[in-house]
Amino acid sequence: MSQSPLSLPQARGLGQTQRKDKWWLQPLVVFLGLGAFVVYSTWAAFQGAHYEFGPYLSPMYSPLLFDAGTAFGTGSLGHHTWFGAWPAWIPAWVPASPALLILSIPAGFRTTCYYYRGAYYKAFWADPLNCAVGEPRNGYRGENFFPLLIQNIHRYMFYLAALYIVILAYDAVIATQFQADWAANGGKMLFGGEGGAGFGIGVGTLILTLNVILLGGYTFGCHCARHFTGGNSDHQSKLPLGKKPYECISCLNRNHMKWAWVSLIWVGFTDFYIRMVSMGIWIDWRLF
Amino acid sequence: MPQVTFKVWRGNKDGGQFKDYQTDITEGMVVLDAVHQIQAESAPDMACRWNCKAGKCGSCSAEVNGMPKLMCMTRMEDLPTDKPVTIEPMQAFPLIRDLVCDVSWNYEVKKKIKKFKPRKPDAQDGTWRMQQDDVDRVQEFRKCIECFLCQNVCHVLRDHHKHEEFAGPRHYVYTAALEMHPLDTEDRLLDLKDDNGIGYCNITKCCTKVCPEHITITDNAIIPLKERVVDEYYDPIKKLFRMFKPKK
Repeated sequence: MSQSPLSLPQARGLGQTQRKDKWWLQPLVVFLGLGAFVVYSTWAAFQGAHYEFGPYLSPMYSPLLFDAGTAFGTGSLGHHTWFGAWPAWIPAWVPASPALLILSIPAGFRTTCYYYRGAYYKAFWADPLNCAVGEPRNGYRGENFFPLLIQNIHRYMFYLAALYIVILAYDAVIATQFQADWAANGGKMLFGGEGGAGFGIGVGTLILTLNVILLGGYTFGCHCARHFTGGNSDHQSKLPLGKKPYECISCLNRNHMKWAWVSLIWVGFTDFYIRMVSMGIWIDWRLF
Repeated sequence: MPQVTFKVWRGNKDGGQFKDYQTDITEGMVVLDAVHQIQAESAPDMACRWNCKAGKCGSCSAEVNGMPKLMCMTRMEDLPTDKPVTIEPMQAFPLIRDLVCDVSWNYEVKKKIKKFKPRKPDAQDGTWRMQQDDVDRVQEFRKCIECFLCQNVCHVLRDHHKHEEFAGPRHYVYTAALEMHPLDTEDRLLDLKDDNGIGYCNITKCCTKVCPEHITITDNAIIPLKERVVDEYYDPIKKLFRMFKPKK
């Protein structure tokens, strides 16, 4: 372990520390929080059903490249699909779930995110468990070598994730467009409250709108965005877009951790909400 | 306030142990006051480095209850005193004696970082002109008092002993202050990647947490430098653009 020519104190073993605070709490919460989300999102992604309801589309399935044909529980297509029905050329061994085609981008963005990296290295890999707490292993390669060198693709993930924000914003707009026949679709579309065809706001519309706001705050507060809008320049007074974008992104970036967590939880909840109303367990209330 | 028990590390590079001392704590005392009181009352041979007692010289760095702190800035009223308060030397540097470490490795690393190299003067009298906006960002880095608490808490040095390959947060802050300076023309990115091992940093943010000057080390210095290294060495599209960009 010791590559240092210095005569250093013996490194401490796993969990050894003189800290007297609850240092284990933070990595435990991150472990449980991230672990729960990974389990839920993986389960939801493999379902291939109950991902849309009326004008609402789960963010875990957006963009809906191909529709698995379960939109109304009748085999008919929902109106969110970009390229129609699930194609025959996709091998049969691929689970017919549209989420599996698109989830790698948001998952990749979060996995390579500077905040999450620090968080999951601690919580899942104990490297370190927490500040000034002993580690379980001697060897260390960091992000200097493969495989963690790949984390440097974060900027490309950011480009794609930013594109997703535009798509999700479009989904939020679509979530205000209700059609008349949904209310009478075999009794499977249960909307509560008043409201007919055309423009309307349901609880789902608000949830999807808040979702895109939170995801936007997280995505555009990213360290890469900060780098591109001014961090890469030594002359802040001569930035092509002026100093405002850099300052705005720096402002978001200061709370990047909070945006990361709130947006993560809300994405999960949005999918869960649409799943519940699609299954008829919850009723989506129309506000108008 | 009551009498408090302190467990203070006593020993040298060959070994040592925690030794218990008790002393009276009065209102407003900091840990360094308690150490001085223990020296006066029961351990006159206890080694402890200190100087300004105002959080500005960075001499009294140690670990109080396991967390790297300046002893002069750690108030006794902020510590639980129902259990013994532990005080030990920094763990990432060779121990000289008791609470005193040899931090000279840091000065050697700093010497190897390329120095400030300003562009040609803007005016005939040999002076430069720059916007306040341009220098605002690097001002934060100049607050560093070189207490080396960030170096001490960084697990790459503390637990993995990568002193040969990794410069540590303090030197990334120093490099950022130079690299982001509007007048500087030197290129330190290759050194950052190869000799100073910025890729070893896995963004635990422990350095930021312990900085007594509240420098946002990770977000404002290390990550921006990492991104600049990516620009230069790991981004194929940037590389492609550079190939077709006319040379200045």
